Order: sequence, then C-alpha cells, then structure tokens
Amino acid sequence: MILRVLAVLLVFAVAPAGLAYEPAEVLDDPQLEERARALSAEVRCMVCQNQSIDESSAPLAKDLRILVRERLVAGDTDEQVLDYLVARYGEFVLLRPRVAPNTYALWFGPFAVLLLAAGLAFRYLTRGRPHGVAEGGAALSDDERAQVSRLLSEAGPEK
Amino acid sequence: MIPEIGHFVLVLALAVAVVQTALGLYGPVLADARLMYMASRAAGLQAMLLALAFAALTYAFVTSDFSVTNVYENSHSAKPMLYKVSGVWGNHEGSMLLWILILAVFGAGVAAFGTNLPDTLKARVLGVQGMIGAVFTLFVVTASNPFIRLDPAPINGTDLNPLLQDPGLAFHPPFLYGGYVGLSVAFSFAAAALIEGRVDAAWARWVRPWALVAWASLTVGIALGSWWAYYELGWGGYWFWDPVENASLMPWLAATALLHSAIVVERRGALKAWTVLLAILAFSLSLLGTFLVRSGVLTSVHAFAVDPERGLFILAILVFFIGGALALYAWRAPSLKLGGVFAPVSRESALVVNNLFLTAATAAVLIGTLYPLVLEGVTGEKISVGPPFFNATFVPLVIPLLLLVPFGPMLAWKRADAMATAQRLYAAAIAAFAVGLVALFVVDGAPILAAVGLAIGVWLIAGAAVDLAERARLGRIPLAQSLRRLNGLPRAAWGTAVAHAGVGVLVLGVIGVTAGAQERVALMAVGDSLEIGPYEVVLDAVTAQPGANYQADRGIFTLRRGGAALAQLTPEKRFYPVARMPTTEAAIRTTIVDDVYIVLGDLQTDTTSDGAQQWIVRAYHNPLQPLVWVGCIVMVLGGLLSLSDRRLRVGAPVRRRANRVPASTAAEVTP
Repeated sequence: MILRVLAVLLVFAVAPAGLAYEPAEVLDDPQLEERARALSAEVRCMVCQNQSIDESSAPLAKDLRILVRERLVAGDTDEQVLDYLVARYGEFVLLRPRVAPNTYALWFGPFAVLLLAAGLAFRYLTRGRPHGVAEGGAALSDDERAQVSRLLSEAGPEK
Repeated sequence: MIPEIGHFVLVLALAVAVVQTALGLYGPVLADARLMYMASRAAGLQAMLLALAFAALTYAFVTSDFSVTNVYENSHSAKPMLYKVSGVWGNHEGSMLLWILILAVFGAGVAAFGTNLPDTLKARVLGVQGMIGAVFTLFVVTASNPFIRLDPAPINGTDLNPLLQDPGLAFHPPFLYGGYVGLSVAFSFAAAALIEGRVDAAWARWVRPWALVAWASLTVGIALGSWWAYYELGWGGYWFWDPVENASLMPWLAATALLHSAIVVERRGALKAWTVLLAILAFSLSLLGTFLVRSGVLTSVHAFAVDPERGLFILAILVFFIGGALALYAWRAPSLKLGGVFAPVSRESALVVNNLFLTAATAAVLIGTLYPLVLEGVTGEKISVGPPFFNATFVPLVIPLLLLVPFGPMLAWKRADAMATAQRLYAAAIAAFAVGLVALFVVDGAPILAAVGLAIGVWLIAGAAVDLAERARLGRIPLAQSLRRLNGLPRAAWGTAVAHAGVGVLVLGVIGVTAGAQERVALMAVGDSLEIGPYEVVLDAVTAQPGANYQADRGIFTLRRGGAALAQLTPEKRFYPVARMPTTEAAIRTTIVDDVYIVLGDLQTDTTSDGAQQWIVRAYHNPLQPLVWVGCIVMVLGGLLSLSDRRLRVGAPVRRRANRVPASTAAEVTP
C-alpha cells in the first residue's frame, strides 16, 4: 500500500539493494543455524521500520546476524544472546518486549479487555432473566405486539 | 487551466458539504421537508464536484503536467499509463483527495438508495456524513492541496516510487479506502440514531448493507496489500504485523464484529447500544488508521514533530469526531430501550461471544500498535512490539473464536440446545480430526500445532457445509426436495456459510505456509541447481532486460520436479534511474497447493574457481500459500451473497411509529 511504502522507502534509503541473510553467514552446524534463524526473527533491525534482522538487508542487520551467530558458536544460550544484545542496544532491540512492570499493560491488556467484556456480557445475559422467563405467560407490551405483527407480516422461509 | 478548475470545484465541494451539514442536521429540527430534501441533493452535488476535481488531477497526471507540484513529485513522462493513473492516489495529497471522493460517493449513495429511510433519519445521516466531508475537504484544501502549481515548470518529474508501480498496488488504495470510508456510513447512521434517540430492527437493516460493502471492500484492500507485499518486497512473507497493516486490520476486525452484532439488532432487537457503539468504534479505528499512517507518527515520533501541520490537523479531526460521537453516545445511549431477552445458549449469545473475542483481538492489535508510542511519550523508554508479540496475544484470542464459529449459525434464536447442535456437527468434527491426524502422521515431522491448525481450518469449512446441509435437511427428505430447499435458502444464509468457509480456507493457507515454508539461500552460477521442497531450480542464464522506465537483470531459471521441466521462472532485479531505487521482482509459480518463489539477488564480487559469475539466489517453497488469497476471495464472495439478499434490497419493514415529518409536507417534495 502506498502507506506502507513510507516504511519500505526508509529501509531502502538506508540499505540500497541486496538481500537479507546471505549464504556466507550460514553456520555449518544446522542445529545452531536453526537457533540463529529463530533468534534473528526476535531481534529488531534498529535502523529499519519494523523489520527483524532476519528479514532486513541493512548493513547493521547483517552485523547483528553475524554477532548472534558468533555468540551462539561461543556457547551462549538463546537467553544470553538476547541479554547481550539488550545490554548493548537496549530493550528497543527486542521485537518481543520482556514482561516487566512497564509492559504489564501491553501483555495483559488484551486479556483484561476480554475478561472485562466477558463480565459485561455475563451481566447483560443474566439481566432480568428470572423476571422475563418467569412471566412467560404475561401479556405483551405494545412494543412487543408491534414486533409480533411486523415479524408475521414479513414471515418467509428463513429461519 | 484544468488544475485550476479542479482546485475551484474542490473549494466548491467544501462549501456544498457545509451546506449539506447544516441542512441535514437542522432540517429535521425545523421539521422542514424541503431543507431535508436539499441535503440529499447536496450530497449528490458534493460527489459530482469531487469527481470533477479528481478527474482534473487525473488529467494532470495523464498529460504529465509538471507545472503541478504533485505531478512533478510523483510522476515521470516515461512511466507506463496505468501507473500515471494510479500515481494520482499513490501520494499523500492525491490519496486524501480519493479519500474524500469515496466519502462523498458513499454519501450520495445513501441519498440515492435510501428512498425508504424516514426523512429525518436520512437527513441526519447525510448531515453527519456532510460534516465528515466538510472537515476532511477543509484539510485537503488547506493542508494537503494537490493542485498547487510550480513555477517554473520542470522538464520532467521525479517519478513515482517504483515499489508502487505495480498492478496489485494500483488498485489497493481505492479498495482500502472504500472500506475505511465506507464505515463512515455506519458511523453516520449511529450518530443519527443517537440524535433521533431510537435504534430498532429497521435501523439495523439499513446499516447492514453499507457495513457489508465497506467490509467486503476492506477485505479486498487488505488482501491486495498483503499480496503485493508478498511478491514485491521479496521476503516471501505476506503479513508482517507492521503498524500500517495493523491500522487496516483494526477497522476490519471492528467491522466484522459490527456485521454480526447488527444481525442481533435486526432479528431480535437486542444489543442496540453495543451495536451503535461498534459502528462508532469501527469508523474511529479507520480515522485512527488514517492518522497513524498520514501523520508519520509511526515512522518516528520525531518525524511527526518535524512536519506537524498535517498530523495535528488529522489528530484534531480524530478527537473531534471520536470524542463528539462518544459524548453523544454517553448522553443518548442510556435512553435506548433494552431489547429482547435471550438464554445464555442461543444464537444471540453466540454472536455476543463472537463480539467478545473480536473486540479483545482488536484490543490486542490496538495496544500492540500504540504501546511503543505511548510508553515513549510517557516515560521516554523505547521498546519494540513486533510479530512475536502479536503471535503470542492475537492468535490465542482468535483460536477460541474460530472453534466456536460453526456453532453460531446452527443455534436457534432466543434459546438453543447446545448438545443437539454439537451432535449435528459431529460430521464436521470427524472430518477435522481426520485431517489433523493425517497431517500428523503422513507429513513428515509436522508439528502438533500445525496439525491442530489444519484441523481448525477443516472444521470451519465442514461446519459451513453441515450448516447448509442441515438447512436443506439433506438425507432426511428426498434429495430433490433438499436441493429445492437449498435453492430457496435466503442469500444471507448462503453468505454466512460461504464467508465462514472462506475463513477456514484462509486458516488452512496461513497454517500451511507458517508451518511448512522452506527457504534456501545460495550462490549460483549459470548451470547450478538448487533444491527447494520437492522441486529443483536450475539457473540457465542472467540477461539484461531494459524496461519502460527501468533497467533490469533477469534471471532465467528452469523449475524441475522429478527430472521433468515444469516451467521457466524469470525473477528480475530492477533499477529505476529517476528515483534511484532498486526493486526486486520475485518469480512465483503458483499451483493451488503451493508456491515456488525465487528472488534474484546481487552479483557476487568473488567468482567460482573457474571464473564464472555468481549470484545470490533466494528460493522459497510455500505450501498452501495460494489458499490465503483464495480464502479472502471466498470471504468477500460470502459478503456479496449476503449483500444480494432480498431482505436488504427490498429494504426495511415499515417502522413502528410514523415519521416525525407529516406525510403531507414530505409528499410535496418527493421527486
């Protein structure tokens, strides 16, 4: 979309041509390489617009990809690699923000919305039910009678 | 001269929009049918004037009139004609002009097709619609004018961003805006209903077709954008949880929720206040999307500060409409009468649950998109929220919704039997389990989650089929009778089934490509081959290929499977000299079950031992990828089927109470 292009433009402004993730970077150990790819997808290319270093063709992303692999070869765990990157570049480098007091609202917000909405829906569903159900045989109000006649007048095959 | 005419009619359209607002909102207060009738005519006139302005800008682009700044900055005489035309909306100013044009066309649509609307409601809808039009046209005239001249006129233009010179993208903005702006009608109906103080089944029946049009258009727009990203950006991905993508996904989710809750208002008279709120929220999210994308605030808070005029203008519009509508809602919604009562297990409840999860999913996208902005604004801390976050929050919120979808249409209104419905769905459940098991055991090393995902996709498709079969009483009455019943089903029932099946197809595609995509990157010299999935690609040659306004290196690959040549693939690496930008054109071979995707990369400086040139080549094998687009198309077809339902075309039943305008006055001006 034209809108997204702004983002893409920025990427290309920084990194003319080229593709992410070059053959020369690939590690010999396939297991280690797989971990490197998975980690790369979690690390932000900081000069790009919302791209991981795995996707980006920017020189910085390439440096970071190599750095990640160096740390892995040196025997770091995934967590240690990320810690190392955060120590150097700050939390900004993580595409999956850590669960910390300043991200509680981020991580739990959506589920809080779900619970809140569920609570409201429950209240709505149970509102006045004993009343409505118990008086099943009560006379119809004007509105209800009008609705019945409307429904009858448009009765069709639909369920 | 032509651009001046465009400029003039643009200003005229602003004046007409102001008149439309005044007549539409004040006419009903005076109960003057003539004023209200004029609001209708103003809506038509406004659309015509903006169409003229748009035509004038298009003319400037087509004739490469570089004395117009906008044309100079976004076009070039050597550009192919399709992109000269699509360049009209391939830039900020032109796209905002398209935005207000589509807005006015929707307004004119309400005026033209809303013949069965009560006069006061129609006038108020057009009044609100006119107000949105007036404010945004004011924005275009003052802060984003596409008709500004340049003196002296340059010899040639600076070209449209090459990434935008693409057929998929040429039609992406009109559809996307059709969705964004189409939701304005639902918003105007909501605001008008609040002013009138009544929401009933008839209201829902009038809103639904507009919401459906907007939803279908938005679906097409998002799918086109995603398709474009897939083949043009050359990363093999189709959805990146980019803030700009999220900006379009949020209104889509809200519109989806609105379509469903409006059904409850229409059929059962319940959920009125919530539906009105959803209509407001859906368009508010569209406005938010426009603001996020147009203000540059997403690129960086600092980019926003550098050129704050446009951003602040749109922010003010945003606050005005969202704040105003919510205030109106808070004031008037309590006066809306509560609707029909229903049991916790019923079609109504199913639709409430649908809304619950869609709302939470929208919240996840909204929070994830805005959180970095807000946190930086409040504490100065910079964090990133990327795809891993959305996969961890959005996906778990959507899965329960998908699991429940087949139940919804099969539950009875008011009070349903959950066990009986579950029993009727056993065939769909068996099909889903079977596919899941097959995936687990037949496909080598398929992860359990992928098998579950595929099972969910099949569950949705089979569930839709079971719904139709149940309605036709297939197997319980003679086949011919069943077919007759099937034929006689309301289109809306077909629409529901088809759209839900479309979601299933989309899920299959997403799971297939997420779990099964393979990527290979290699250095290749001519004659080398590379294995990818069940295929093999051989590099036959790399040739220079001049284009209309670019130069390209074209790789010629042969795609083989089991020794047999299947196709020739020709990815290109293009360079646009005017814009000084390179682009990649991936070569994609699509079958219904998979894509092979090849990107030609850079020529390497070091050669092989015998001196041959080497190229970086990326190849992907994306199983089920085509189903992502097919699923979207099927969903849109479902929406269109529903739109063609007789109930919506014939229009609303007679309202319970008479209109406020005496029939005699109304009759005088009826054309």
